[in-house]
Amino acid sequence: MHNFKLPDSPALAKLAKAAAERIVILDGAMGTQIQRLGLGEDDFRGRGGQRCLHLSDHPQQGNNDLLTLTQPAAIEEIHYSFAKAGADIVETNTFSSTTIAQADYGMEAAVHDLNAEGARIARRSMDRASAEDGRSRWVAGAVGPTNRTASMSPDVNDPGYRAVTFDDLRQAYGQQVRGLIAGGADLILIETIFDTLNAKAAIFSCFEAFAELGQRLPIMISGTITDASGRTLSGQTPTAFWHSVRHARPWSVGLNCALGASAMRPHLAELSAVADTLTCAYPNAGLPNAFGEYDEGPDDTARQIEVFAREGLVNVVGGCCGTTPDHIRAIADAVADHAPRSLHV
Amino acid sequence: MSERLLRLSGLEPFVLTRDIPFVNIGERTNVTGSARFRKLITNRDYAAALDVARDQVENGAQIIDVNMDEGMIDSQAAMVEFLNLVAAEPDIARVPVMIDSSKWEVIEAGLGCVQGKPVVNSISLKEGEEQFVHQARLCLAYGAAVVVMAFDEQGQADTLARKTEICARAYRILTEDVGFPPEDIIFDPNVFAVATGIEEHDNYGVDFIEATRWIRQNLPHVHVSGGVSNLSFSFRGNEPVREAMHAVFLYHAIQAGMDMGIVNAGQLAVHDQIDPELREACEDVVLNRKPAAGGTATERLLEIAERFRGSAREEKVRDLAWREWPVEKRLEHALVNGITEFVDEDTEAARLAAARPLDVIEGPLMAGMNVVGDLFGSGKMFLPQVVKSARVMKQAVAVLLPHMEAEKGGGRESAGKIVMATVKGDVHDIGKNIVGVVLACNNYEIIDLGVMVPPQKILETARAENVDAIGLSGLITPSLDEMVHLAGEMEKAGFDIPLLIGGATTSRVHTAVKIAPRYPRAQAIHVTDASRAVGVVSALLSPTQRQPYIDRIHAEYADVAEKHERAEAAKSRLPLAAARANALKIDWSGYRVPAPSFTGARIIDGWDLAEIARYIDWTPFFRTWELKGVYPKILEHETYGEAARSLFADAQAMLERIIGERWFRPRAVVGFWPANAVGDDLRLYANDDRGATLATLHTLRQQTHKRDRRPNLALADFVAPEGVADDWVGGFAVTAGPEETAIAERYAAAGNDYSSILVKALADRYAEAMAELLHERVRRQFWPYAPEEAFTPEELIAEPYRGIRPAPGYPAQPDHTEKRTLFRLLDAENAVGVELTESMAMWPGSSVSGLYIGHPEAYYFGVGKVERDQVEDYARRKGTSVEDIERWLAPILNYQPSEALAVAAE
Repeated sequence: MHNFKLPDSPALAKLAKAAAERIVILDGAMGTQIQRLGLGEDDFRGRGGQRCLHLSDHPQQGNNDLLTLTQPAAIEEIHYSFAKAGADIVETNTFSSTTIAQADYGMEAAVHDLNAEGARIARRSMDRASAEDGRSRWVAGAVGPTNRTASMSPDVNDPGYRAVTFDDLRQAYGQQVRGLIAGGADLILIETIFDTLNAKAAIFSCFEAFAELGQRLPIMISGTITDASGRTLSGQTPTAFWHSVRHARPWSVGLNCALGASAMRPHLAELSAVADTLTCAYPNAGLPNAFGEYDEGPDDTARQIEVFAREGLVNVVGGCCGTTPDHIRAIADAVADHAPRSLHV
Repeated sequence: MSERLLRLSGLEPFVLTRDIPFVNIGERTNVTGSARFRKLITNRDYAAALDVARDQVENGAQIIDVNMDEGMIDSQAAMVEFLNLVAAEPDIARVPVMIDSSKWEVIEAGLGCVQGKPVVNSISLKEGEEQFVHQARLCLAYGAAVVVMAFDEQGQADTLARKTEICARAYRILTEDVGFPPEDIIFDPNVFAVATGIEEHDNYGVDFIEATRWIRQNLPHVHVSGGVSNLSFSFRGNEPVREAMHAVFLYHAIQAGMDMGIVNAGQLAVHDQIDPELREACEDVVLNRKPAAGGTATERLLEIAERFRGSAREEKVRDLAWREWPVEKRLEHALVNGITEFVDEDTEAARLAAARPLDVIEGPLMAGMNVVGDLFGSGKMFLPQVVKSARVMKQAVAVLLPHMEAEKGGGRESAGKIVMATVKGDVHDIGKNIVGVVLACNNYEIIDLGVMVPPQKILETARAENVDAIGLSGLITPSLDEMVHLAGEMEKAGFDIPLLIGGATTSRVHTAVKIAPRYPRAQAIHVTDASRAVGVVSALLSPTQRQPYIDRIHAEYADVAEKHERAEAAKSRLPLAAARANALKIDWSGYRVPAPSFTGARIIDGWDLAEIARYIDWTPFFRTWELKGVYPKILEHETYGEAARSLFADAQAMLERIIGERWFRPRAVVGFWPANAVGDDLRLYANDDRGATLATLHTLRQQTHKRDRRPNLALADFVAPEGVADDWVGGFAVTAGPEETAIAERYAAAGNDYSSILVKALADRYAEAMAELLHERVRRQFWPYAPEEAFTPEELIAEPYRGIRPAPGYPAQPDHTEKRTLFRLLDAENAVGVELTESMAMWPGSSVSGLYIGHPEAYYFGVGKVERDQVEDYARRKGTSVEDIERWLAPILNYQPSEALAVAAE
């Protein structure tokens, strides 16, 4: 239940201070780094590494979130490499760690562990990096969109049908957010939102979890605009999207993924003009090529993101699909000399 | 940036800025306010209910109020269902929703269905503070603004003092205890009926208006709304007086600060246009004034009300102001609006003013067509309108032609010459004709070779006429192979002009993978629809754009082909044996289906053209004209509703003539045979003893990997297996008749391509409607397994009935050659005059054929891609060669057949 009388979490003050001084850096793509490891079914299942206590008959290759439990060292190393590349905030490896998304892998029972452990690993690698250089770093608990949509029917012949309801999502997200909090996440990042109703269920779950905790964590909200029409998959314009999520009173709102930085710019500009909170952008490294890989190099991506900074559109930047630690380093360098977007335009 | 304004959203944002004096909230989707809507919801006619919502948005409602509070309705389920359906309609969902119910659980169910920021209507202090705070917090968590009714533990506020007291208290609780943003609070200080004859009610209008003034002055950032129609409750049935009362009330309430209201956006009288006498009487009632003429305000209004009942609104007169414009502008107007009425005289006037007749074409007419082209290109005109423009153009040119011939040598340069044809074996040409007209409008010269054109003729014509491009069209799958073949022939013959590919079964992927590689000397290009044709052709024929454009297409197709190949390689299929093991297993024990009323084939006569017309599904008709949307709501489409309405009116007018003058002579033949499934085949028996086999129909089985225990289907699964139960299979062929061709040709010869295409499109709809009507008669009468069935023609579109009528060549049985067996069984050629071409297309084109299967669990599915093992098995069962089957099933093979490999290796 919503209660704005709750105190803010202690992490917020330091984070707010950092954001007032400079553009804050978010990490890059976990998936891209995992892909480079070239792991097979056995690696995903943890044979030879750490055995997974959760059993499932389904093939697990491609279940990246499961690596948190089966290849924790590899995941920790990826977080660490992003931290050392300049990321202030790293995202947990929990994009698909809901019962809804894990149903494809028969891994629903692992959801709490995936989230709690996902946050712990990220925390551990941040602490390691901070011990070396003394910089503060934060862990954002990543909450993905799931693979179902609450405001669209998967069946064109039955537009009133829904494969998932608000309440299904509220429960699934609730379990995820509680796991992330238990593992020590500093923020909750609701990301890659293609259906705003899913995101609203996630926001609702956050409120419930915060009420139990007796504390409000900062929320980051990030939508995705995947086609040239400039709307979300569920049909909203960026401003309509902002109006729909503004009640979360998020620490930041922004856009991620999709068609790369240049294509994102006009939509980010629209959002930046209407949002009375910090803005955040972490695009893909351009468009995927015929093989589903991203060719855009660190400097290319950084140059485009620098445009966001120069135009005063952003407070937080990072990368999504296809961005590596090198991209993050280049992005951090490129925006270092630019002031963060002012909230009092 | 963070000014405290009410910010809502649907698919689009809505901000109640200070420039907006008043927000219209549509009230027609409220079962308590609209008898019509209540009836639609009670009857579960959601399609019409959505139209009501759409109408409101089109009439200017900035928010729609949805209310399902009715004793006979499951309000919660209806709220969820309706909001989910609204979400699928972008032209409705663009505005925010007001979720309106007196039951909190209905509101909360509704809140879980909307992605935008809605308004909750309403919460109040009626049940006490605790409940109020609880609900307000939930509104915050769902992200909704709220309407707060002036209602507390003591009841609904009626006087100014009570209204202001309750609102002030609610405001304090919400802003101070709950942390609710004040700009998201909308107070409803209760509109009550006035002029009821009860004296205590006389001041209700004033109380509302004054409460509004106080709220807006004393409670910062909030808004005031109200349900206006309550006010005039005592004048039910006298709409003009009610509208006048609403307009007068709103006029004063808005001045006092009421900035939102639930009103019928389509029916609001304009304050200044109300009859002065009526207006004054309404004002006396609303403002509780003593009438100048004496008596009470209520008496006075009652006195005059009858006189204003049913006063008709002025009818819109035809606007002919454009006839006063200069002749060039008149021609442009006629072209853009497709008006032929004055084009002869205007063209003649232009000719007399011009030095040469050709100047009229190259001057005002081409200028007008350029305007049409620009409007079409920018999505402001639509296909049926462009085809009508072409008709105007042709008529104008016809006026000039004799003068140009008299002048001699007055020919004009075309932008390019294109030969177009429907390929060998195929008879479908509506799409090709439309593309031809659109290109001709853009000054291309079109040589149309018609339908069933052999490749040699296409190539000979292309060479003799020295054309700039060839355009091929086809609708059935075997036509794809014809196109591949023709591409190869062009390569061999040394052509280097572009090859354009279009038609229903064609695709970019097929063109890239199968056609383009056979014609490497030039480029084969897929044209998605007629609206793209001009862009593609002009790029191809432009000396500067041509090469870069071809290079781009070439690279794009190479990429498509490569992706396709990888995707295909990744798609493994089940071995046939495994697919069969996962067949649908219907429990046939105890299955009884009545026998058909006759066996063998029978001709069905006595068709009533008017009755068939009732069964027409109009949605595909609009699709033919590239107007995408579901009938009837397409008629109200935001951007092309007007084009759709005009097209529909023309279609209705022609339909009237088709029926009245008996243009078509529909024919049908139906047959039933005792039948059982044997493996994946259907065995049809000569007699009821099921001894001798009459014929075998073959079916194909899905070989995709299935999840969730779904079966690998073949049509044979829906028919009782041999020896288990008695079952039957039916077959049919219907045609609108060959008459349409002659009529279409007559129109085309007269320069009226629009009507030519229209009559063909209607003939197609007739054949489909006959198939629907005939199937209904089969279920109720000929094979009476559903004698009591009673669906309306509109309901039949959704296929709610028992049984299916799959057609060979379509997804459930992609093998077109099964039509041979079906046609032999029906003796279709003699019975109804429908013939099969070498590609298994039916001639005349407006024909439909298929099988009847009667089991209640039967449904339509797609076979999808098949593997070599099934093709070999199928060829064995049909007694033909694997190569023959591979040729007919080429589009659904999941492998490269050996022959094609050999060709590719050449």
